[in-house]
Amino acid sequence: MVSYRTPLGRARGLGSAKHGAGHWVSERVTAIALVPLTVWAVYGVLRLAAGDYGLAVHWIQDPLNATLAVITLAISFWHMHAGMRVIVEDYIHKALTKTTILLINLFVCGLMGALAIVSILKVALGAGVLGGA
Amino acid sequence: MTDVSKTPRPRPKSPHLVTGGLGSPLLWRWHITMWTSILHRATGVALYVGALIAAAWAIALAQGPDQYAQFKSVLGSWPGKVVMFGLTLSAFYHLANGVRHLVWDTGHGLEVKSANASAVVVFAFAAAATLAIWAIASQTGAL
Repeated sequence: MVSYRTPLGRARGLGSAKHGAGHWVSERVTAIALVPLTVWAVYGVLRLAAGDYGLAVHWIQDPLNATLAVITLAISFWHMHAGMRVIVEDYIHKALTKTTILLINLFVCGLMGALAIVSILKVALGAGVLGGA
Repeated sequence: MTDVSKTPRPRPKSPHLVTGGLGSPLLWRWHITMWTSILHRATGVALYVGALIAAAWAIALAQGPDQYAQFKSVLGSWPGKVVMFGLTLSAFYHLANGVRHLVWDTGHGLEVKSANASAVVVFAFAAAATLAIWAIASQTGAL
Protein backbone atom coordinates (compact mmCIF):
# COMPACT_ATOMS: atom_id res chain seq x y z
CA MET A 1 0.00 0.00 0.00
CA VAL A 2 1.51 3.30 -1.09
CA SER A 3 1.06 6.19 1.28
CA TYR A 4 1.61 9.80 0.31
CA ARG A 5 1.57 11.06 3.88
CA THR A 6 4.73 12.58 5.33
CA PRO A 7 6.40 10.65 8.18
CA LEU A 8 5.20 13.32 10.63
CA GLY A 9 1.65 13.10 9.32
CA ARG A 10 1.73 9.35 9.62
CA ALA A 11 3.01 9.52 13.22
CA ARG A 12 0.26 12.01 14.10
CA GLY A 13 -2.34 9.79 12.51
CA LEU A 14 -1.15 6.82 14.53
CA GLY A 15 -1.49 8.69 17.79
CA SER A 16 -0.11 7.10 20.91
CA ALA A 17 0.57 3.41 21.30
CA LYS A 18 -2.70 3.31 23.29
CA HIS A 19 -1.11 1.56 26.26
CA GLY A 20 0.90 4.43 27.76
CA ALA A 21 -1.76 5.06 30.39
CA GLY A 22 -1.50 1.54 31.81
CA HIS A 23 1.09 2.33 34.49
CA TRP A 24 -0.67 5.55 35.41
CA VAL A 25 -4.03 3.78 35.75
CA SER A 26 -2.61 0.89 37.80
CA GLU A 27 -1.01 3.36 40.24
CA ARG A 28 -4.41 5.01 40.77
CA VAL A 29 -6.39 1.78 40.99
CA THR A 30 -4.02 0.35 43.61
CA ALA A 31 -4.06 3.70 45.46
CA ILE A 32 -7.88 3.70 45.63
CA ALA A 33 -7.92 0.10 46.88
CA LEU A 34 -5.29 0.92 49.51
CA VAL A 35 -7.35 3.73 51.08
CA PRO A 36 -9.74 1.38 52.97
CA LEU A 37 -7.13 -1.39 53.22
CA THR A 38 -4.64 0.91 54.99
CA VAL A 39 -7.28 1.92 57.53
CA TRP A 40 -8.02 -1.79 58.14
CA ALA A 41 -4.27 -2.57 58.39
CA VAL A 42 -3.76 0.15 61.03
CA TYR A 43 -6.61 -1.39 63.02
CA GLY A 44 -5.04 -4.82 62.59
CA VAL A 45 -1.63 -3.67 63.79
CA LEU A 46 -3.27 -2.07 66.84
CA ARG A 47 -4.98 -5.38 67.67
CA LEU A 48 -1.90 -7.51 67.05
CA ALA A 49 0.49 -5.20 68.93
CA ALA A 50 -1.60 -5.71 72.07
CA GLY A 51 -1.47 -9.51 71.81
CA ASP A 52 0.94 -12.43 71.69
CA TYR A 53 1.65 -15.21 69.18
CA GLY A 54 -1.55 -17.09 70.05
CA LEU A 55 -3.71 -14.07 69.36
CA ALA A 56 -1.92 -13.40 66.07
CA VAL A 57 -2.51 -17.00 64.89
CA HIS A 58 -6.14 -16.85 65.99
CA TRP A 59 -6.57 -13.48 64.26
CA ILE A 60 -5.04 -14.54 60.95
CA GLN A 61 -7.08 -17.78 60.92
CA ASP A 62 -10.22 -15.69 60.60
CA PRO A 63 -10.92 -16.00 56.83
CA LEU A 64 -11.79 -12.29 56.54
CA ASN A 65 -8.54 -11.20 58.19
CA ALA A 66 -6.48 -13.67 56.14
CA THR A 67 -8.10 -12.51 52.90
CA LEU A 68 -7.69 -8.82 53.69
CA ALA A 69 -4.08 -9.36 54.81
CA VAL A 70 -3.20 -11.17 51.57
CA ILE A 71 -4.97 -8.55 49.43
CA THR A 72 -3.38 -5.67 51.35
CA LEU A 73 0.10 -7.17 50.98
CA ALA A 74 -0.33 -7.96 47.28
CA ILE A 75 -1.65 -4.50 46.40
CA SER A 76 0.87 -2.73 48.66
CA PHE A 77 3.83 -4.51 47.09
CA TRP A 78 2.42 -3.82 43.61
CA HIS A 79 1.89 -0.12 44.46
CA MET A 80 5.28 0.36 46.11
CA HIS A 81 7.04 -1.30 43.19
CA ALA A 82 5.35 1.19 40.86
CA GLY A 83 6.19 4.13 43.13
CA MET A 84 9.84 3.19 43.59
CA ARG A 85 10.11 2.60 39.85
CA VAL A 86 8.99 6.16 39.12
CA ILE A 87 11.48 7.55 41.64
CA VAL A 88 14.35 5.54 40.12
CA GLU A 89 13.35 6.58 36.59
CA ASP A 90 13.28 10.22 37.68
CA TYR A 91 16.62 10.39 39.43
CA ILE A 92 18.87 7.67 37.99
CA HIS A 93 19.92 8.33 34.42
CA LYS A 94 22.83 5.95 33.81
CA ALA A 95 21.27 3.10 31.83
CA LEU A 96 23.03 0.18 33.51
CA THR A 97 22.63 1.58 37.04
CA LYS A 98 18.97 2.34 36.39
CA THR A 99 18.27 -1.11 34.96
CA THR A 100 20.07 -2.78 37.88
CA ILE A 101 18.11 -0.83 40.51
CA LEU A 102 14.82 -1.41 38.67
CA LEU A 103 15.51 -5.15 38.61
CA ILE A 104 16.40 -5.16 42.33
CA ASN A 105 13.17 -3.24 43.01
CA LEU A 106 11.14 -5.76 41.04
CA PHE A 107 12.80 -8.80 42.61
CA VAL A 108 12.65 -7.45 46.19
CA CYS A 109 8.95 -6.59 45.82
CA GLY A 110 8.13 -9.88 44.10
CA LEU A 111 10.08 -12.07 46.50
CA MET A 112 9.13 -10.35 49.76
CA GLY A 113 5.50 -9.95 48.70
CA ALA A 114 5.22 -13.63 47.77
CA LEU A 115 7.06 -14.72 50.91
CA ALA A 116 4.73 -12.65 53.12
CA ILE A 117 1.60 -13.98 51.40
CA VAL A 118 2.74 -17.62 51.54
CA SER A 119 3.62 -17.17 55.23
CA ILE A 120 0.14 -15.83 55.97
CA LEU A 121 -1.54 -18.61 54.02
CA LYS A 122 0.56 -21.21 55.86
CA VAL A 123 -0.66 -19.96 59.24
CA ALA A 124 -4.19 -19.18 58.07
CA LEU A 125 -4.73 -22.59 56.45
CA GLY A 126 -2.86 -24.53 59.12
CA ALA A 127 -6.03 -24.89 61.16
CA GLY A 128 -5.74 -27.29 64.06
CA VAL A 129 -2.00 -26.94 64.57
CA LEU A 130 -2.24 -23.96 66.85
CA GLY A 131 -5.77 -22.95 65.99
CA GLY A 132 -6.96 -23.41 69.54
CA ALA A 133 -4.59 -20.79 70.86
CA MET B 1 7.76 43.18 16.81
CA THR B 2 10.25 42.76 19.60
CA ASP B 3 13.06 45.24 19.96
CA VAL B 4 16.12 43.21 19.03
CA SER B 5 18.51 45.94 20.14
CA LYS B 6 17.67 45.22 23.79
CA THR B 7 19.36 42.32 25.52
CA PRO B 8 16.99 39.39 25.45
CA ARG B 9 15.14 38.35 28.58
CA PRO B 10 16.93 35.45 30.33
CA ARG B 11 15.63 32.12 29.24
CA PRO B 12 13.19 30.49 31.69
CA LYS B 13 14.83 27.94 33.92
CA SER B 14 13.69 24.42 34.54
CA PRO B 15 12.67 23.73 38.15
CA HIS B 16 15.96 22.47 39.53
CA LEU B 17 16.62 23.53 43.11
CA VAL B 18 20.07 25.12 43.10
CA THR B 19 21.09 28.29 41.25
CA GLY B 20 24.80 27.76 41.60
CA GLY B 21 24.98 31.55 42.07
CA LEU B 22 26.37 33.53 44.97
CA GLY B 23 23.02 34.78 46.22
CA SER B 24 20.36 32.47 47.58
CA PRO B 25 21.44 28.94 46.76
CA LEU B 26 17.81 28.03 46.11
CA LEU B 27 16.27 28.96 42.80
CA TRP B 28 12.76 28.65 44.18
CA ARG B 29 11.13 30.05 47.28
CA TRP B 30 10.11 27.21 49.57
CA HIS B 31 6.39 26.63 49.37
CA ILE B 32 4.00 24.34 51.19
CA THR B 33 3.08 22.47 48.02
CA MET B 34 6.78 21.72 47.44
CA TRP B 35 6.88 20.14 50.88
CA THR B 36 3.79 18.02 50.23
CA SER B 37 5.26 16.78 46.95
CA ILE B 38 8.70 15.93 48.36
CA LEU B 39 7.21 14.36 51.49
CA HIS B 40 4.88 12.20 49.40
CA ARG B 41 7.92 10.53 47.86
CA ALA B 42 9.88 10.44 51.13
CA THR B 43 7.00 8.81 53.02
CA GLY B 44 6.49 6.44 50.08
CA VAL B 45 10.08 5.26 50.47
CA ALA B 46 9.58 4.99 54.26
CA LEU B 47 6.47 2.86 53.68
CA TYR B 48 8.49 0.66 51.31
CA VAL B 49 10.60 -0.21 54.35
CA GLY B 50 7.39 -0.49 56.37
CA ALA B 51 5.99 -3.07 53.94
CA LEU B 52 9.21 -5.08 54.31
CA ILE B 53 8.69 -4.96 58.09
CA ALA B 54 5.12 -6.19 57.55
CA ALA B 55 6.52 -9.03 55.44
CA ALA B 56 8.99 -9.82 58.24
CA TRP B 57 6.01 -9.95 60.62
CA ALA B 58 4.26 -12.53 58.42
CA ILE B 59 7.44 -14.59 58.05
CA ALA B 60 8.06 -14.53 61.82
CA LEU B 61 4.46 -15.61 62.41
CA ALA B 62 4.91 -18.58 60.08
CA GLN B 63 8.19 -19.54 61.76
CA GLY B 64 6.64 -20.02 65.19
CA PRO B 65 6.19 -18.60 68.70
CA ASP B 66 9.89 -17.99 69.43
CA GLN B 67 10.60 -16.07 66.23
CA TYR B 68 7.33 -14.17 66.65
CA ALA B 69 8.21 -13.16 70.22
CA GLN B 70 11.66 -12.07 69.01
CA PHE B 71 10.10 -9.98 66.22
CA LYS B 72 7.71 -8.35 68.69
CA SER B 73 10.50 -7.54 71.14
CA VAL B 74 12.49 -5.82 68.37
CA LEU B 75 9.48 -3.70 67.34
CA GLY B 76 8.60 -3.09 71.00
CA SER B 77 12.05 -1.71 71.84
CA TRP B 78 12.61 2.03 71.88
CA PRO B 79 14.21 2.19 68.41
CA GLY B 80 11.40 -0.09 67.19
CA LYS B 81 8.76 2.24 68.60
CA VAL B 82 10.43 5.26 67.00
CA VAL B 83 10.35 3.44 63.64
CA MET B 84 6.70 2.46 64.14
CA PHE B 85 5.78 6.04 65.07
CA GLY B 86 7.50 7.28 61.92
CA LEU B 87 5.67 4.65 59.88
CA THR B 88 2.30 5.65 61.40
CA LEU B 89 2.98 9.28 60.47
CA SER B 90 4.17 8.24 56.99
CA ALA B 91 1.14 6.02 56.43
CA PHE B 92 -1.41 8.69 57.38
CA TYR B 93 0.47 11.39 55.47
CA HIS B 94 0.81 9.26 52.32
CA LEU B 95 -2.83 8.18 52.66
CA ALA B 96 -4.18 11.74 52.97
CA ASN B 97 -1.89 13.19 50.31
CA GLY B 98 -2.67 10.22 48.06
CA VAL B 99 -6.38 11.05 48.32
CA ARG B 100 -5.44 14.67 47.52
CA HIS B 101 -3.69 13.43 44.38
CA LEU B 102 -6.73 11.33 43.44
CA VAL B 103 -8.95 14.41 43.78
CA TRP B 104 -6.53 16.32 41.55
CA ASP B 105 -6.80 13.52 38.99
CA THR B 106 -10.50 14.35 38.65
CA GLY B 107 -9.50 17.92 37.76
CA HIS B 108 -10.63 19.47 41.03
CA GLY B 109 -8.69 21.47 43.63
CA LEU B 110 -5.81 22.39 41.34
CA GLU B 111 -6.01 26.16 41.93
CA VAL B 112 -3.12 27.55 44.00
CA LYS B 113 -5.45 28.54 46.85
CA SER B 114 -7.11 25.09 47.01
CA ALA B 115 -3.79 23.25 46.70
CA ASN B 116 -2.34 25.29 49.59
CA ALA B 117 -5.43 24.72 51.72
CA SER B 118 -5.52 20.96 51.06
CA ALA B 119 -1.80 20.79 51.93
CA VAL B 120 -2.57 22.20 55.38
CA VAL B 121 -5.46 19.73 55.75
CA VAL B 122 -3.14 16.83 54.85
CA PHE B 123 -0.53 17.87 57.44
CA ALA B 124 -3.20 18.38 60.10
CA PHE B 125 -4.82 15.01 59.36
CA ALA B 126 -1.50 13.13 59.44
CA ALA B 127 -0.54 14.66 62.80
CA ALA B 128 -4.00 14.22 64.36
CA ALA B 129 -4.51 10.64 63.14
CA THR B 130 -1.03 9.59 64.27
CA LEU B 131 -1.51 11.04 67.75
CA ALA B 132 -4.98 9.47 67.97
CA ILE B 133 -3.71 6.00 67.01
CA TRP B 134 -0.83 6.21 69.49
CA ALA B 135 -3.20 7.41 72.20
CA ILE B 136 -5.44 4.38 71.48
CA ALA B 137 -2.35 2.12 71.45
CA SER B 138 -1.31 3.37 74.89
CA GLN B 139 -4.84 2.67 76.21
CA THR B 140 -5.20 -0.81 74.71
CA GLY B 141 -1.86 -2.19 75.84
CA ALA B 142 -0.41 -2.15 72.33
CA LEU B 143 2.74 -0.36 73.52
